[in-house]
Amino acid sequence: MHVTFSPGELVFQEEVRAFFRDEYPEDMRQKRDKGMELDPDDQIRWQQLLYKKGWAGINWPVEYGGTGWTPVQKYIYATEEANANAPLVIPFGLSMVGPVIYTFGSEEQKQRFLPDILASKVWWCQGYSEPGSGSDLASLKTRADLVGDHFVVSGTKTWTTLGQHADWIFCLVRTNTDVARRQEGISFMLIDMKSPGVSVKPIILLDGVHEVNEIHFENVEVPVENLVGEEGKGWTYGKVLLQHERANIAGVARSRYRLRRLRNQVKSSVRGAAPLSGDKNFMRRLAAVEVELKALEYTELRTLAAVSSGKAPGPESSILKVKGTEIQQAIDMLYVQAAGYYALPYVPDQYRPDFADQYIGEEAETQSSLRYFNYRKASIYGGSNEIQKNIIAKHVLGL
Amino acid sequence: MDFSLNEVQEMLADSIEKFIDNEYPFDARQTYAASESGFSADVWKTFAELGWTTVPFSEDDGGFNGDQVDVMVMMQRFGRGLLVEPFLANIVLAGGILKRVGSAAQKQQWLQGIMSGELQATLAFTEPQARYDIANIATTATADGADWVLNGQKGLVFNGGTSDLIIVPARTSGKQDAESGITLFAVPADTAGMSINAYHTVDGLRAAELTLNDVRVSRDAVLGGKDEGFVALDETIDDATLAICAEAVGIMQVLKDKTVEYSKNRSQFGVPIGSFQALQHRMVDMLTVCEQAQSLLLWATMTVAEGGAEAKRAVSSIKYLVGTSGQTLGEEAVQLHGGMGVTWDLDVAHYFKRLTAISQLFGNADWHLDKLAA
Repeated sequence: MHVTFSPGELVFQEEVRAFFRDEYPEDMRQKRDKGMELDPDDQIRWQQLLYKKGWAGINWPVEYGGTGWTPVQKYIYATEEANANAPLVIPFGLSMVGPVIYTFGSEEQKQRFLPDILASKVWWCQGYSEPGSGSDLASLKTRADLVGDHFVVSGTKTWTTLGQHADWIFCLVRTNTDVARRQEGISFMLIDMKSPGVSVKPIILLDGVHEVNEIHFENVEVPVENLVGEEGKGWTYGKVLLQHERANIAGVARSRYRLRRLRNQVKSSVRGAAPLSGDKNFMRRLAAVEVELKALEYTELRTLAAVSSGKAPGPESSILKVKGTEIQQAIDMLYVQAAGYYALPYVPDQYRPDFADQYIGEEAETQSSLRYFNYRKASIYGGSNEIQKNIIAKHVLGL
Repeated sequence: MDFSLNEVQEMLADSIEKFIDNEYPFDARQTYAASESGFSADVWKTFAELGWTTVPFSEDDGGFNGDQVDVMVMMQRFGRGLLVEPFLANIVLAGGILKRVGSAAQKQQWLQGIMSGELQATLAFTEPQARYDIANIATTATADGADWVLNGQKGLVFNGGTSDLIIVPARTSGKQDAESGITLFAVPADTAGMSINAYHTVDGLRAAELTLNDVRVSRDAVLGGKDEGFVALDETIDDATLAICAEAVGIMQVLKDKTVEYSKNRSQFGVPIGSFQALQHRMVDMLTVCEQAQSLLLWATMTVAEGGAEAKRAVSSIKYLVGTSGQTLGEEAVQLHGGMGVTWDLDVAHYFKRLTAISQLFGNADWHLDKLAA
């Protein structure tokens, strides 16, 4: 029993550290450290730097241009990425539709789509949820009817993150309504957002940010060659993708970075006040979250160790999403509490690069409540935490 | 990175599991707990014959050269079996002091007997006024010629009523709560002036209040250096804290498993109660606590075994988790068993009581959270 890295893994860790030190653009680093969001151009610039380095397809097999990294290497990478406070890669292309295409897609689809996904030349978004289909995803109603050599798609998708920038959308659509189980008759389809009949309506979230959208399809013609895999098997493909999404959203490395930063931050005086580190109640809350996070870190490592040695991950892996998001949200609240009154000013403009007025608060304090509000989504997306518990109750506890 | 047990640990785990499955059913445990001594002398003999009593001692001392990880492997399984035998008092506490600061002669005199199972020993680690501060020692030891004379009171001496040897920390200099000025004494329980008031504890185990009234021992009884006992005491209590946390995690896993099993078999309103979502989610929470506690236990134990700067944080972290979400898990197990959960007959209640006792030992959750918050 040991938790040390092998010599080869230590060399890799050095390489990753050097990359983030030398290649991560300084202007992005400064923006991120000041609590500013990156605009889409920054995001693409960063992802293309990763592509140049050969690190775009972290989970992809080597034959499709991926890294072929071991689980431990991926863990090391995620840790260094978080420590650099570098942005996460937008997952819809590289982490979601890419793996579905190389696993279930045709040779032609692989050649057509994978290179551009890997190179971040095409922006993808996700069309799963519908206004009437949230946790009960299998009730989805968007229809795709085969007419000659194309499908005609009609319906509405919602919560489509960053869909306003997207070139393409991958969707679960109903191609057959005459089925015994609702999970049958659902297909996985790729749709060009420029197709006639596609419209995008913004949804503003509680923090005032345009992050998600409702996407309407009105008799949109989609060529049959955009169907991925077999017709009616979309539910199976979609589940593979969701499992992937769930593992990624534990966010252990990010949470560790944010807690460490907060521990340092509270040692200093803000506006002449006594350092928050003297507040016993606050420090107890902080310490309690640190304990939970340390436990989750080792839960994740246990999963990695199992997978690395060729075993299936055990029940410990199933709790990563629920616990991971609970911890993220607890940390968000700690930042709000640390900011005190200065969690209140609603001044989103000051986190824009062109802001020239008087800055309010210190060290992105006023961003804390907006982040807290925004990340209430974490326990809702990717299958709400209650749905996760249903799944664990059924598949792990056998209830 | 590797969380698997090595070959030796695998064997150790396997032999303990077999022993519990074949020879330590719950009703036997209850019989041993209710017996005169509070444990089975035969079972303790088996512990010694199988070498379990030698695990954390060096080969030079005649031991197995094990470390905290090996003890964790054992204690977690002892927890699952809810064993009442005095492994903590003899091996982790008294043995922990002797192996650290005992001279060759003292080890020969005491440790050999502990390992062979012929001698019962314990450590008087706390005093009535000390709460969780192990440095708070009012018991005094005064030099008198070649002897030392001890006076004072010790509380909750595990297995004090059946111990042949009690290791007594006493103040030889300094203020009452100073870390320096503590000296450790090996005191035979039958020494004149030792008054031992033994009792049952709520978890089915035994302890005693000890009064020392002009207890006279020779200078050979001093373990380690005069005034320098704190380090060994502190390290030993850290080991003991990890050990009972491993025991607690074993107990938590049993409680979770028994609860899930019960919910599949117990029918109400014509269906198994495990089909109710309100209960399913609570059992998922119990699973989550078990997995988190297992993970943290592994980290904490490996960290202490490797002796890093984080060792103290590691001990406090796992004890805090056991004392908070672990304790809640125990309450949930009782709750989900309904009326049966609050009966003496059902094993669940006894696992729960031991878990509750562990929460109070060697610093409760608040005590350790304050250390982590500092």
